[in-house]
Amino acid sequence: MLRNDAAARLLPAADPGTRLTDAAPVWLSAAHTAARTAVRLPGPRTADAPATPAFGEVGERSFEAHPSPRDDGSIVWWLVDDTDHRVVRSALTKERERTAFLTQASNSLLSSLNLGRCMDVTAQMAAEQLADAALVIAPARRRRLPVVSCLRGQSPVQFEQQVDPDGVPGLGEALRGFPPVPSRWIDPASAPEWMVPDGFGPVGSIVITPLPGHGVPAGALILLRRSESTAFTEGEEVFARLFAARAGAAMSAARLYAEQSSITEILMRELLPPTLQQTRGVDFAGGYQPSQDHERIGGDFYDVHPALSDDEASLVALGDVCGKGLEAAVLTGKIRNTLHALLPMADDHQRVISLLNTAMLNSHHTRYATLVLASVLRRGSDVKLRLTSAGHPSPLIIRTGGTVESADTSGTVVGVLPKAPARSTDVVLAPGESCVLYTDGITEGKGGPLGDARFGEARLRRALAECAGMPSEGIVERIQMLADQWVGQGSHDDMAVVVISAPRTHHLSAVDGHTRGRFTA
Amino acid sequence: MKSSSPHGPSADPETRLLTDKLWDAVVRADEYAATELVLGALDGGAPAESVLLDVIAAVQGRVGEEWAANRLSVAQEHAATAINERAVTALSLHDAARTEVTRGRLTVACADGEWHALPARLLAEVLKLRGWKVDYLGAQVPTPHLITHLHRSDADAVALSGSIATRLPTAHAAITACQAVGVPVLAGGAAFGADGRYARLLGANAWAPDARAAADRLAAGPLPRPRPDHQAIDDLPHLADQEYTIVARSRSALVRTVLAGLEEAVPEMRGYSDLQREHTAEDLAHIVDFLATALYLGDGELFVGFIGWTAGILAARGVPARSLSPALGILSDELKDFPRAVDFLARGTDAVSSFHRTTAGKNA
Repeated sequence: MLRNDAAARLLPAADPGTRLTDAAPVWLSAAHTAARTAVRLPGPRTADAPATPAFGEVGERSFEAHPSPRDDGSIVWWLVDDTDHRVVRSALTKERERTAFLTQASNSLLSSLNLGRCMDVTAQMAAEQLADAALVIAPARRRRLPVVSCLRGQSPVQFEQQVDPDGVPGLGEALRGFPPVPSRWIDPASAPEWMVPDGFGPVGSIVITPLPGHGVPAGALILLRRSESTAFTEGEEVFARLFAARAGAAMSAARLYAEQSSITEILMRELLPPTLQQTRGVDFAGGYQPSQDHERIGGDFYDVHPALSDDEASLVALGDVCGKGLEAAVLTGKIRNTLHALLPMADDHQRVISLLNTAMLNSHHTRYATLVLASVLRRGSDVKLRLTSAGHPSPLIIRTGGTVESADTSGTVVGVLPKAPARSTDVVLAPGESCVLYTDGITEGKGGPLGDARFGEARLRRALAECAGMPSEGIVERIQMLADQWVGQGSHDDMAVVVISAPRTHHLSAVDGHTRGRFTA
Repeated sequence: MKSSSPHGPSADPETRLLTDKLWDAVVRADEYAATELVLGALDGGAPAESVLLDVIAAVQGRVGEEWAANRLSVAQEHAATAINERAVTALSLHDAARTEVTRGRLTVACADGEWHALPARLLAEVLKLRGWKVDYLGAQVPTPHLITHLHRSDADAVALSGSIATRLPTAHAAITACQAVGVPVLAGGAAFGADGRYARLLGANAWAPDARAAADRLAAGPLPRPRPDHQAIDDLPHLADQEYTIVARSRSALVRTVLAGLEEAVPEMRGYSDLQREHTAEDLAHIVDFLATALYLGDGELFVGFIGWTAGILAARGVPARSLSPALGILSDELKDFPRAVDFLARGTDAVSSFHRTTAGKNA
């Protein structure tokens, strides 16, 4: 064996003449034996085919060994130090894994605006990548801390913990969110029992990391490792903070969304169409479809104001404010309130309409509305109706035999001219007969099999003729379905329908949530 | 005779009797008799779940069959369904249906455009009886509403009901959207196929053949969580050929062309009234819708099955099934650049001729 000076420094035992097996590490001498065998093998060999290098460690450093066979059968080994290269590569791999993890975390967290699910995802991902178990704690609700805990490989568990966060070192500060505090190591012995998931075993290390939110505290992340696991390195801690930043942003977005949507819901509740049922011996059913899928309210409205006694008439109002969407919906709310206030004079439709007209002219809204009023009174087994249209499509009456009549009432729209004259009509419904109030969204919808026809009143009448004797909800559903299918994927205006029916059989009351149906005959 | 019996093989005589009585009440549109029957059964100790599924659901199944056989009009079908709905409402307010919440929270909904709410309603009631907190969103829920609801309600899962196959592309959008916000979906209903094949194809996390099986599946343990890296297009790689998109988009134009072609090919159509013409156009629109859905799913059997079913419906209404063939022929000429569509239409035409042969043989 021969060597140069560099080799002498690397392998001090490799004096010239010693055997390679005595002087070099096992991996190198094994590679040498293999290379020698290859050289001796008969057969064609391309001279410049690069021989495969061997890899291994000498002392604390790692090397790449390239053999180059010489004509005399001996082999020169070129040793290249690749320690730094390997360190860099393993760091790169680790960074890539972390980036992939953070990307995945962002994707999963961004997809949900629900606080509970964000906490689930955070706990589960942290338990898979950062620790043996993880807890996510949201700021207290009514003195209770919402907690999600997750053991590696298991599903997250949600619970609420009644505890003073300041009783746990580091937790109070982390949950306050400001001033910013670093992650804090706590003595595993001082951790309260609820912090350690069932079946976790002895705790090796615990770190509490604050979850930074959008100016509001989002919560805290607690990571637990078992005794046998290594404690957190500095790099891991930095990584945990990056993850915590994402989780905190997602959780505070979810909280903001929940607050906003609950405000919207409370404000919108008053604008939603009411659920109708049998009232004072008359069947009512209503259906509403706003023009835009993402909205639940629009420019159409209806209400049934039940009479206070059996001798008085109930008032039904159905109308359409010009325009659609939220702004129109706000005006429907005002009209509905005004009509409610005018209930004491509900017998006089013209007076109600005139007062509403004045109120709308005097308001700052420039919109106008059409509406139809119906006073409904049960008399024996019949239902007496007084109908008044103010610029609205005439109500349609479905008679027992399947004839469909248009109610003879007309008037001008409300909110445009100083006066709004309207002509009322009286109609009697025999048992099983119905009166249909609808907005023009139903008849104006464009579509059909050929795509360009309006649904129109003729089609509506034809459909209603088939509905003779049907229960009121059935008629509403049928009209809504036909109008919706007619329009298909196309756009449509708001659509509202109310059906008033005289019950078919002689009953005092039906199932209205409190009483059972009872026969009078 | 199978189709006229609404009873499962296990239905006991009492349940049978109740089912027959309810059927009579529902067909007479007598809601009072219907609710009295249901409440009487509960008072007599019948389990609420059994009344829902073995009686009301059985009657509803028979309503559909009788309609298909032209023994009920569309309006009668609606009336019967409304009566059944009221019977369910009456049941849900009875003491026997009062249950405490012992399990998690679920959302039950129909996809947009799906008007058959009763199956979903029955499932919602069964799940309540089994101790779930249930948010029942009803028929035809636009996907944005469903997602808003999920953001707000931390539901463990969504049970999505579908009856009409042509709504499957919309149902797919709903499934994908639910999963995108991290909520798994259990699909059920006739639209997803008798063996649930379309539920699997559209990536639902679970499928159940009926309400009882759905409730059992949900009780058995949490549904698998949606995979965050999943892309909906991976389920349906054939959509890349754009056949679905183009056929669905040109629906009206196709119906118009086929209608004009038919008037040329079938002389008696020239004497049709506007109403008859519109009915024919509606039938054609249905054919195009099913063809588009079959293209979406990449499943010609769906189209062939629909054509066979239509032939049966037409025959029940005294229209010869072979009248379908010219329409399929014109459609095929119109879509000659779309190999998948042409293949499905050819198979549909075969189904019409074999239907014609079998019925002709029976009549001979």
